[in-house]
Amino acid sequence: MRRLVSAAVPTFAALAAFAVAAIILVALGASPVEGFRAIFSGAFGNVDRLSVTASRSVPLLLVGAGIAISFRASVINIGGEGQIIAGALLATVTALAFPDLPRPILLPMVLIAGLVGGGILGAIPGALKAYASVNEILSTIMLNIVAVQIMNYLLRSPLIDPLEIQRGTRIPQTKQLSHNAVLPTLIGGTRLNLGVPVAIVAAIGAYLLLWRTPLGFRLRAVGHSPEAARTAGIPVERSVVEALALSGSLAGLAGAILVFGSEGQRMATDGSAAGFTGSAGYNGIVVALFGGLHPLWTIPSAFLFGGLITGSNHLQRVLQVPSALAVTLSGIVVVFVVSSTNLRERISDLLRARSDLDDSPPESPKSEVVAT
Amino acid sequence: MSDFFTVSVIFATLAAGIRLATPYLLAGLGETVGQRSGVLNLGVDGVMQLSAFFAYWTALSTGNLWLASLVGLGVGLLMGLVYGVMTVRFKAEQGISGIGIFLFGLGFSDLMFQEKVGTPKFIPSKLPSVDIPFLSDIPKIGPALFSHSLMTYGAFVMVPLLSLMFSRTTFGTNVRAVGENPEAADSLGVSVARVRYTSILIGNAMAGVAGTALVLDLGIFQPNLTQGLGFIAIALVYFGAWRAPGVMAGALLYGFVQATVISWKALEIIPRSWSDIASAAPAILTIAALVVLARRVAPPAALTKPFTRH
Repeated sequence: MRRLVSAAVPTFAALAAFAVAAIILVALGASPVEGFRAIFSGAFGNVDRLSVTASRSVPLLLVGAGIAISFRASVINIGGEGQIIAGALLATVTALAFPDLPRPILLPMVLIAGLVGGGILGAIPGALKAYASVNEILSTIMLNIVAVQIMNYLLRSPLIDPLEIQRGTRIPQTKQLSHNAVLPTLIGGTRLNLGVPVAIVAAIGAYLLLWRTPLGFRLRAVGHSPEAARTAGIPVERSVVEALALSGSLAGLAGAILVFGSEGQRMATDGSAAGFTGSAGYNGIVVALFGGLHPLWTIPSAFLFGGLITGSNHLQRVLQVPSALAVTLSGIVVVFVVSSTNLRERISDLLRARSDLDDSPPESPKSEVVAT
Repeated sequence: MSDFFTVSVIFATLAAGIRLATPYLLAGLGETVGQRSGVLNLGVDGVMQLSAFFAYWTALSTGNLWLASLVGLGVGLLMGLVYGVMTVRFKAEQGISGIGIFLFGLGFSDLMFQEKVGTPKFIPSKLPSVDIPFLSDIPKIGPALFSHSLMTYGAFVMVPLLSLMFSRTTFGTNVRAVGENPEAADSLGVSVARVRYTSILIGNAMAGVAGTALVLDLGIFQPNLTQGLGFIAIALVYFGAWRAPGVMAGALLYGFVQATVISWKALEIIPRSWSDIASAAPAILTIAALVVLARRVAPPAALTKPFTRH
């Protein structure tokens, strides 16, 4: 019964988003039925589209699983955008520094560099929160801005493709990165690359870490009640840093996968964060919320939102409805999920109260006699 | 370097800094009102983008900038109502609720722009500069300080007005009480819900006007127009320690740095690529300020905490 209640929130949010989408489609003069069909077939219609959807889900899944970790420790991470960029930059620099290493060494190296880069950018707001009481919502947002500017600087100057300078075109992008760092394709002729299984393994890892390791127990204890955790001898400060570092490192891994799974096989910027991340740092929050902040449920959740993105692109091609519909719907999903969370708690409280009543042993008349 | 330190360039940069600070100031002051009542709103950036688009669209189709400003304000109020229902009525977690508003604003303004305008067009007229008599006649500094649009004057006039509101009016006192100790305010007969709704509406209306000020100043709309300006405005509230003059100082800092970078770029004092690093400076400075202030200034005690009567 309680499980049913927790499934009710995302279902309700999805229905609400569908309703709003239908209204928008009608308002734009498109048939909602045709619109939904276009989104669905564009996302899941054939093997090719499924593979695009899967690869679009990868950054959403990684950021989402990371968000789930930090939320479980009561730490809010809005810095996904910056952490993706930091991971991508460190991975890119690694690939540029060791172009001749063979694939079995270089590929794991760039993925680890991604984890480290994102982890560092996550650990900074973690340390600022733990040791200087700086609100992590603000510091992660500020670091997003810093990360974008550092990316723009690096890609316009020290890391720019020498050819761009020779030609005078100065497009802010690196040269093509070592082929040995590129994520291999799993099924020939599709976009399905190694990033997909890596992300799924990382999400399962996040689940195991939270519920099967002492570290995860500490993080959840801190999330439940920092005071109680402190009384129990748990190092609260260190746990806060670890939560944000772990969260950031998964986002950083997403950054590395974005670079080495891209068609151009290079890192490029259009000057904005979204131009590189596709707003995965924010959409990952949506995915995590929709998945009930559970790393395993973020897997189908990410696939769904990845589908919404690829489906909306298809929608734009066939019905000329702008693909920005996807971001709009993501926002609506968040609005409904957060607004109904409280309602859900109230319902489960009621249920708990009722089952407590049922579980309580029937009063025995005998004890009453003794008492009197 | 020598080019920059000519009097005319410095005063031109000063004037540009004040103009560029306007949207930061409006949005930051609005967020201050909401936070003083105990409600964090991370959706400012989304509200700004929505208002900016609808104000832009109105200006394009009617040519009436006043009507456009009114539409921007109205969109802000509407989003404030939505956010009020979410956080006051449904007690949604404020650390993330605003991200929903942000994404909706980002997406919907983009969608409407693609659908209704398509290719970017400039608004035919700009907000006129109004010279303040006598003061604007002061050589050099007069035009820099006293020749701005009514939007800019309005934003700066709001600073003393809000300070007075917080310290002298019943409503302002209620806002502070509800933000610090809602239980006590409630027991004295103050409606926590009504005060918070009103504060959220004021805050979002100001965010709407901030988006309008931005788009009317630029004269053109493009998707993701704000580039995170609304998020910086939230940080400015902490930077300014929840006080209007402090928020103004932060807004001016961002405005001046932006203006200086533009002018240095134009004069080729710094290489183009360095300007990216320079643009990151206010964000780094903000983090440093947060570190210094975090243990000295306490936020409103009930910030982000929904109120339930027991």
